Amino acid sequence: MAALLNVPETAAPGEIVEIKVLIQHPMETGFRTAQGGGLVPRNIIHTVSCHYMGEEVFSAELFPAVAANPYLAFTLVAEESGEVEVRWTDEAGEEFSQSAPITVG
Amino acid sequence: MRAALALLLLAPPAAAQDDRRTGYDDMTPELQAMQDDPVGNPGLFWVLDGEAMYSAAPDTGAESCAGCHGDGETAMSGVAARYPAWDEALDRPVDLAGRIDLCRVRHQGLPPLERESDALLSLTAYVTNQSRGLPIAPDPDPRLDGWREQGEDLFTTRMGQLNLSCAQCHDDLAGGHLAAALIPQGHPTGYPLYRLEWETMGSLDRRFGNCMFGVRAEPFGAGSAEYVALELYLKARAAGLAIEAPAIRP
Ligand code: HEC
Ligand code: HEC
Repeated sequence: MAALLNVPETAAPGEIVEIKVLIQHPMETGFRTAQGGGLVPRNIIHTVSCHYMGEEVFSAELFPAVAANPYLAFTLVAEESGEVEVRWTDEAGEEFSQSAPITVG
Repeated sequence: MRAALALLLLAPPAAAQDDRRTGYDDMTPELQAMQDDPVGNPGLFWVLDGEAMYSAAPDTGAESCAGCHGDGETAMSGVAARYPAWDEALDRPVDLAGRIDLCRVRHQGLPPLERESDALLSLTAYVTNQSRGLPIAPDPDPRLDGWREQGEDLFTTRMGQLNLSCAQCHDDLAGGHLAAALIPQGHPTGYPLYRLEWETMGSLDRRFGNCMFGVRAEPFGAGSAEYVALELYLKARAAGLAIEAPAIRP
């Protein structure tokens, strides 16, 4: 499972920057019929978080009403150069992450 | 008469009198922005997967796609804009997904893929993406003319329990509404595309199946000769319009 993560390459100190992430995930609700009968087991991403300068700067809980391949956009205050890392965990217990650098100055 | 019509269809109409609209033109600005956003268009996941598959060597010991064709960005540029095209061995035209699957079977010793599988959609999306922005330029091979005519016949023939033809909606009633959905002119510029209602990527054949199901007709089936004929006709009807795959549709 991949993600398309958009972090601005550069920012001025104190600037509010927008982080956009599109996560590849089927977000199975558990109500969909599988080919040949039976239900596709429920498996959705339940938590998404963003980490920057060793701190959690954003987190969200997702629910079954969120469509497949969820798209999230949020802001953070750019203070130091470093990695912006987005992590997500689904109900199958799989943990994923993707990061991109930002240069502040 | 038929031949003259086929020729007429192949020549893109003069821009001034061109009132053709793609599904993109009919979408809301929000959905257009989603399609154009390099990190907001979920169809790009299939393009990226296809890119990886294109250069991965299969475990049969055969060459990768790139091993035979070279760099995808140059080798595959314009191919999707020209397809469907004639296959000598089968002695009939094949669509792009069919051609890619034939390469896997003939040249890589692999089993055929399911038509609507993520793997075949990914390879097709990757190859089609190399034509993004290029005008649809149907193959002038005269062996395709009869198939285009058959496609036009299918397009204008009433079918299903609702007894409607494709043309009644997509030529006569385009711009009107079917319940909440806007009836588009039905140009095949964006496939394979990510449809929000499907919550996934789908082929042009899947779209044909949806429309046939909608008029309660028995769909011809993905990869069928009828769908190749319909695509040949629709590509001629859309000649000159730019490929926009992977598109977004509601
Ligand atoms: C009853 C009207 C109706 C008929 C008949 C019909 N369609 Fe459609 N078609 C639609 C609607 C409405 C949409 C748009 C889908 C939506 O938004 O739900 C559509 C979408 C399409 C598209 C996608 C266009 C795009 O921009 O992606 C294609 C291609 C298409 N139809 C081809 C066909 C073909 C081929 C037939 C005949 C086999 C056919 N349709 C019959 C109503 C119809
Ligand atoms: C061993 C060499 C070989 C490999 C590997 C191969 N191809 Fe091909 N490909 C060909 C040949 C030869 C043709 C011409 C048609 C034919 O003879 O099948 C062709 C034709 C094509 C065409 C049509 C090009 C046109 O302009 O009409 C496409 C698209 C294509 N291949 C894609 C692929 C993809 C995608 C893969 C990997 C899944 C692949 N090929 C693997 C040899 C190869």
